[in-house]
Amino acid sequence: MSVVKSVTCPVCGCLCDDIELTVEDGKVTHVRKGCAMCESKFLNYVSEHRVKTPLVRKDGKLVPTSYEDAIHKSAEILANAKYPILYGWSSTDCEAQRIGVELAEEVGGVLDNTAVVCHGPSIIGVQEAGIPTSTLGQIRHRADLIIYWGCDPWSAHPRHLERYTAFTDGRFEDSEWMSYINKVKASVGKKKLSSVKRRSFQCETEYEKISDNKPPVDLNKEGRKLVVVDVRESMTAKVADYFVQVKPGKDYEIMAAIRSIVNEEELDVDEVGGVPVEYLEEIVDTMVNAKFGVIFFGMGLTQSAGKFRNIELAISLTRDLNRRTKFVILPMRGHFNVTGANTVFTWQSGYPYAIDFSLGYPKYNPGETTCVDVLLREQSDAALVIASDPVSNFPRKAAEHLVKNPLIVIDPHMNVTSMVGDVVFPSAVVGVEKAGTAYRMDHVPLPLKKVVEPPEGLLSDEEILRRIVEDVRVIKSQKKEAN
Amino acid sequence: MVKQKLKVTLLTGRTIEQGVGKEAGKATQGYFESTTMAYMDICDMKKLGIKNKSNIMVTTPNGSVVLRAVKHPRGAMPGMIYIPYGPWANSIVSNETTSTGMPSFKGTPAEVEAAPDTHVSTLKELLKSQFGK
Repeated sequence: MSVVKSVTCPVCGCLCDDIELTVEDGKVTHVRKGCAMCESKFLNYVSEHRVKTPLVRKDGKLVPTSYEDAIHKSAEILANAKYPILYGWSSTDCEAQRIGVELAEEVGGVLDNTAVVCHGPSIIGVQEAGIPTSTLGQIRHRADLIIYWGCDPWSAHPRHLERYTAFTDGRFEDSEWMSYINKVKASVGKKKLSSVKRRSFQCETEYEKISDNKPPVDLNKEGRKLVVVDVRESMTAKVADYFVQVKPGKDYEIMAAIRSIVNEEELDVDEVGGVPVEYLEEIVDTMVNAKFGVIFFGMGLTQSAGKFRNIELAISLTRDLNRRTKFVILPMRGHFNVTGANTVFTWQSGYPYAIDFSLGYPKYNPGETTCVDVLLREQSDAALVIASDPVSNFPRKAAEHLVKNPLIVIDPHMNVTSMVGDVVFPSAVVGVEKAGTAYRMDHVPLPLKKVVEPPEGLLSDEEILRRIVEDVRVIKSQKKEAN
Repeated sequence: MVKQKLKVTLLTGRTIEQGVGKEAGKATQGYFESTTMAYMDICDMKKLGIKNKSNIMVTTPNGSVVLRAVKHPRGAMPGMIYIPYGPWANSIVSNETTSTGMPSFKGTPAEVEAAPDTHVSTLKELLKSQFGK
């Protein structure tokens, strides 16, 4: 038995690098310091859902084959395709992503990563307006106002609050954990009282009325302040000092109103997007009086009406706030190395995602070269999917076209895309069985550890891709000679 | 009797159970349970005359899917339905990318009705019906 310390967790964009794993007989048996998702990953990487050998579809069924056969079949599919898609990349290491760019250029395909259905609009927003940002370390030590807008880190980035924001002891700001515990104790007392009242008087349950945003009284407290803006009361909203419940699709309006108040303009209305203007004014007072404020934003802004315009406005608001105090803004990146995919693609091609190599040079035009749009227009004729699950995560019509054409899948586990794939490669789990590099959501690169050996004979994503590139080159040179 | 239908705004997103399920495996029972449910406001459930964890059919211009309605545990969210990301949610979300590459995963208009006699498709059934594989 051995304990491996300071392991980087390969699940979400937090990339927590303090995980401790107990390894017995070449298997992880115990996880310390990780969240529920981290534990699930480290304890289930060798489950029955692991693909043990490459598979190819024959007579409608996936049957085992060798790596050589699967690599050759994949190379043939890609070399013969006119407009293939190479999609995914966010749950693998930068080393594999680099080979991916090489392969996309070689086959003249569309190279896209999961940002397209995640923070793609954030990237466009940043390209429009720039980004005043910082690392999570700065935020941990200095931020006294934390705003989560359209995101629920308690569910999607469970240790974000504990490691980087409200519930961490920074050098200049203290953790608000105890104040949260006291709040929970008080609310338990209130619940008991109301339960006794209900039973004693046998009155009907009074269901909480919606969207009556309460006055932001807790924003007057000392210490770090936590504000959550969302359409529903998420778990993060539950722990916040103030929760602003917005009507769906009204984020842009509310943010524009806040920006106007920051810029000392008068609003002619009493309410914006379901929130009274006087409450917005109090929020702005808190923002302007903060020493170091931060806005974290998520899918609530990128996937709802307005999309990249929401982000552009959030960045403009941050810029305006910087005239009055210090404010930064960060996207809550989902997959553990989606930031790495954007970074590697940018180094190699000049563009972060949605890169079309079909003309022999990289072209980027979101809406045209984005993977979902290519699929909806039914233009692609083959696809390679790696380290992601688009059949699970794309709208049905886009997934239908993906499945209709030859589909190559590289993933350690049998995910939904693998189930309908034509060539399926098992690979070593990056960050567990393969060392590499990943970028945290604030663009800090961190090393991923190899904790255990992969099952015998299993190749890494990087190696599989390298062999496919080599085979594609051979097929292309043979075709050239034949012509 | 005409079945009552409720017009709602469809939101899809993350839950911790879905996150744990996806890491454990897409074919696991945990993933199935966490992605075949839909959070609804208790008042909306009363309007439809449905109980917690009973089946509903959610319909959008892009299709229909049967899910389990679960009472949203915190606060109120009338007129909204929240389905965790997964193949079931994505079989009905809007394709519209408004030329940004991003489909409208949040904000699709939808209709909800009680569906006590229908069952929630398993992953295999869903894939077979959608892709024939």
